[in-house]
Amino acid sequence: MSTLIRISDASVQLGADGRSLRRVRSDQAMALAAVTMTLHAGERVALVGANGSGKSTLLRLLHGLLSPTQGERECAPALRQAMLFQRPHLLRTTVQRSVALALWLRGVPWREAQMQALAALRAAGLQDLAGRGGRTLSLGQQQQVALARAWALAPQLLLLDEPTASLDPHAKGEVEALMQQFADRRVDSTLVFASHNLGQVKRLAQRVIYLERGRLLADLPVHQFFDASVLQVQCPAAHLFVKGELS
Amino acid sequence: MTTLTQSTSTALQLLVSLDPQLMGIVARSLAVSACACLLACSLGLALGAWLGVAQFAGRGVVLTLLNTSLAIPSVVVGLLVYLLLSRSGPLGYLGWLFSFKAMVLAQAVLVLPIVTALTRQTVQDAEQLHGEQLRSLGAGTALRAALLAWDERHALLVVLIAAFGRAISEVGAVMIVGGNIDGFTRVMTTAIALETSKGDLPLALGLGLVLLGVVLALNVLVALLRRWRVRSDWAGLALNRGLAL
Repeated sequence: MSTLIRISDASVQLGADGRSLRRVRSDQAMALAAVTMTLHAGERVALVGANGSGKSTLLRLLHGLLSPTQGERECAPALRQAMLFQRPHLLRTTVQRSVALALWLRGVPWREAQMQALAALRAAGLQDLAGRGGRTLSLGQQQQVALARAWALAPQLLLLDEPTASLDPHAKGEVEALMQQFADRRVDSTLVFASHNLGQVKRLAQRVIYLERGRLLADLPVHQFFDASVLQVQCPAAHLFVKGELS
Repeated sequence: MTTLTQSTSTALQLLVSLDPQLMGIVARSLAVSACACLLACSLGLALGAWLGVAQFAGRGVVLTLLNTSLAIPSVVVGLLVYLLLSRSGPLGYLGWLFSFKAMVLAQAVLVLPIVTALTRQTVQDAEQLHGEQLRSLGAGTALRAALLAWDERHALLVVLIAAFGRAISEVGAVMIVGGNIDGFTRVMTTAIALETSKGDLPLALGLGLVLLGVVLALNVLVALLRRWRVRSDWAGLALNRGLAL
């Protein structure tokens, strides 16, 4: 399996503006502390941990939206990435144009981008929304469109930051189905998602990374992560977390 | 009270009969302020949008200076532009003093900080909401500024209207650099000041009514735009939930 991203001993401290600091400050807490991990092509990785454990920071670091305050991030050359955030961000324009804009930003000519956008929406079963204003959709529909937009970019690496966290159960199911559909269609793409939903983690992930207070405490195949006897030995903190979440 | 009633009655007659002198002043006022806003907005929107997105050393100082410039009195702006355009000033060679162009320049300088500061705040708020997503899609600073400014176009339209309202209702700057020359640089506010001092209250009041009408129309427009913006953002959600707005 080819390596997409390698993070070595990376720590991140965030400033008041949410950007990473350039130098370590002793009076500032670490959002991520000495994390080392490698992402390979075709993996399905789940990031789990309590609120404030560093899942979102790690996703942003992997994507390159944040730079490590300390340590290193190495990325495969010309890696195509896309990221989906907890709240979908669609501009005040039609759904089709929103998707086309993402393609245009990646260098696709506008006319071509419009056609590709429509094809991507069709593939996601969202063609009926193409002419609707992005902001006039429900949150669940907006997240589905954001997911279709991300996939229209044909990313080698797709990062999802708790994409179903702010949705109702019905919308959650629809977005997850779309995630599953795309994951099945693009087996060579790497999917990394943060989630509190352990059922979703079981259904979608092959590998689980457990974070606590910015530290990576466990990095296990999904069957081992959900095997209490293994997890208790490998990472007691993660075992307690899983027990707490499932109880 | 009799004077006020008589003046109001005569002012209304002047308005209804489309008095040429009054209409000339009104047209000149609208033209000066429209040109000034066009000039200030073309620069202020771009600068404000960029400031809302860009991160650079000394940004805090720039924003403090920008916010301070919001409080500059119009007479001070008039004085500065007068010094720039006077014969011995750096722009004296243009020969613009006591002209239409001088008034446009003065009003543009006056409203530029308003347009820039309000645009900056609007785009910065949008950047906090959508900036990360746009960055993840590959949009750089300038492109993000342009996209977010476009996305906030309804809010920025309100900024433009507010700027026009500020420009058309100011008196100090245009009085100093325009000189209030009859038929040439006389605008509504300077005419009101002059006619009042001369005792020609009907014309002053007529102009005052027009000015109030323009400002009222602008405020109504702002309110309508705000309402339209809110409705366009929420109408779809309401439809989805079967609610009637």
